[in-house]
Amino acid sequence: MHSSRTRRAILDAAIATSVVAVMGIARGVYSNELMLFNFIMFLTLSQGLNIIYGFTGYLPFGYVGFFGAGAYGFALAVMHLHLPAFAAMVCAGLAALVLSVILLPLLRLSGAYFAIASMAAAQALYEVIANPDLENVTKGPYGVSLSGVFAPAASYYLALAILAVTLMLVVWLRNSRFGMSLQAIRDDSVSASMAGISVVRGRTVAWTLSAVIAGLVGGVFAWHISVFYPDTAFDLSVSIFATVFLLFGGATTLVGPLLGVFILYGVYNVIGIAVPQYFQFTYGALIVLLVLFLPNGLVSLLTSRGIRVP
Amino acid sequence: MLIGAVIAGIFFGLYFTLVGLGLNLVFGVMRIVNLAHGDVLMLGGVAAWALFTSLGLHPLVSAVLVLVVFLVAGLPVYYAVVPRLLRSRDSEMLSLILFFGLSQMIEAVTTISIGATERSLPPRLMGVGPIILFGTRLPKAWFYSAAASAIAVLAVYFYLYRTRLGTLTRAVMVSRDEALATGIDVNMVSAVAFGISLALAGIAGVFAPFIMGSITPNMGVAINLTAFAVIVVGTLGNPLGTLLGGIIYGVSLMLMQTYLSSWANLLPNLLLIGVLLIRPEGLLGRKVRRA
Repeated sequence: MHSSRTRRAILDAAIATSVVAVMGIARGVYSNELMLFNFIMFLTLSQGLNIIYGFTGYLPFGYVGFFGAGAYGFALAVMHLHLPAFAAMVCAGLAALVLSVILLPLLRLSGAYFAIASMAAAQALYEVIANPDLENVTKGPYGVSLSGVFAPAASYYLALAILAVTLMLVVWLRNSRFGMSLQAIRDDSVSASMAGISVVRGRTVAWTLSAVIAGLVGGVFAWHISVFYPDTAFDLSVSIFATVFLLFGGATTLVGPLLGVFILYGVYNVIGIAVPQYFQFTYGALIVLLVLFLPNGLVSLLTSRGIRVP
Repeated sequence: MLIGAVIAGIFFGLYFTLVGLGLNLVFGVMRIVNLAHGDVLMLGGVAAWALFTSLGLHPLVSAVLVLVVFLVAGLPVYYAVVPRLLRSRDSEMLSLILFFGLSQMIEAVTTISIGATERSLPPRLMGVGPIILFGTRLPKAWFYSAAASAIAVLAVYFYLYRTRLGTLTRAVMVSRDEALATGIDVNMVSAVAFGISLALAGIAGVFAPFIMGSITPNMGVAINLTAFAVIVVGTLGNPLGTLLGGIIYGVSLMLMQTYLSSWANLLPNLLLIGVLLIRPEGLLGRKVRRA
C-alpha cells in the first residue's frame, strides 16, 4: 500500500516535471514566445483554480481579480516604489494575498452565490483601478507602461518557475493528508469536521494558495507584457478560460487541466485569433455539450471505468 | 436635486425590476442561474431594432411580438437543456457554466449576423419631450418602460397567486421533489416558467435601446451582474423582492450618479457583495440560506 502510494506520487511528479521541461525547451525551438508565455499562464491559472475548485468545490468566477491584483501590485511597485522586478513580484503575490484575506468572508457563501459574489468583487476592484479619478496612482483606464523593467527571457523563466511550483503543489495536494482532508470537506463538510478536520483552516489555506498563485501569474504577466490596460488585467475571459480548461479536462486531477489547456487553448490559437466569432460559437457549444454529456471532464472517460488518472 | 434623483431612481429601478424578474423566476423554480439572461435581453433589443429598421414597427408593437415569440421559444430550449442539467450532481454550479456557453453562442451568432457596432432606436419613437413629475424632467421612454415593468410585475404576481399553473409553480418552488411526488408535471411547469422568464428578458430588451442609449452584442455580462444584484438584494425566488431590489438599486444608482458620478459603476458590485455577506437571504427573505 505504502509503496503504491509512493509510486503514484512519483508518477505525478514526473508528469509535472516533463510539462515544465517541455515548456522550457519550447522557448528555444519555437519563435512565438508570447504564445508560449500565454500557455504557461493558463497552465498555471487553471491549476491554481484547480486547488480551490477541484479540492474544495468553490468556483470563483472572479478568479481574474487576483490576477489583476497581482498585475497591478507589480506595476504599482515598479512605478511608485521603483523596485526591481523580483521585489515587485513579491508585491504582486502580497496584493493577491491581501485581497484573498479581505474576501475570506465570501467563503461563507456557497454555490452560485460564491461564484457571483467573487465575480462582483473582481469587477469592483476593476472599477476602482480603472477609475479616472485615480489616474495619479493607477493611471486609470489609460493603462500602465513598465518598459524600464522589460525582460522577456527572465520573466519567461520566472513564469515557468511559478508553473513548476504550482504543479508540485497540486501533486502534493493529491498525495498528502491535507489534500485528502480538503476533498473530504468538499464532499461532506459536516462529516469531515466530525472526523476532526478543521474545515475553516482547510478552506482558508486552499483559498489563499490559489489566490497567491493567480497574483504571481498576474505579476509575471505584467512584467512580461510590460504595457497593459485594466481591461486586459481584469478581463473576465481570463477566469472563464481557466474555468473551462479545468472543467474540460477534469478537476482534482493533475493531467485534466493540463489536457484542457493544451487541447482547447491549442485550438484557440489555431482558429480563434483568425475568426473570433466562429471560435466563440464553437467554444460556447463545446461548453454546453461538455456540461450536458461530460460534466466531470475528459478524464471521467477513464475514471468512470475505474482507471486512476494522475 | 435629491428629490429628482430619487424619482428618477424609482423609474430606473422599475426597469431593472423587469430586467431581474425573469432571472429570479428561473432561479426560484429551477435553482439554476441563467447566465444567458442578459443575452436574451440583448436579443429582444436586436429584435426591436430589426423590426423597426426593416418593417418600421413601433417598439411597443415589437414588445408584444417579442413576448409571444420568446415565451414559445423558451419551451424547447428548456426541454433541450434543463432536465438533463438538473439530473447532474451539482446543477446550480454547472448551470453557471452551461448558460455561460449558451451566452457565448448567442453573442457570436448576433455578432456574425449584425456586426459588433452599437445599435440604437430614435428616442422620438417613445414620444417627444420629457415628462415632468414633481419638477423632475424624465424622458418619456423611462415612463413607458417603468409602466411596462409595473404591468409585468403585476402579471407575474397574478400568474403565481391567482392561476392554477401559478399555484403549481409555487409548489415546485418550495420543493421540486415533493411536487413531483404529488403528481405535478414538474417539467411542464418549469418549462412555462422558463418561457415566461425569456419573455420578460425580451421585453426588457425592447426598452433597452431607450434606457441605455444603445445595444451591442456583448452587453449581456454587465446586464447579468446588475440583474443578479437586483434579485439578490430583494430575495431570490420572490417577485416582490425583485421590485424592492430594483428600486433600491435604481435610487442608489441615481444618488451615486448625482453626487459621486465617477464611482457609480462600483455600486451594483458593492451592493451585491454587501447584501450577500450581511443578509444572504435577501431583504425580504424569511428562511436563512445555509451557506
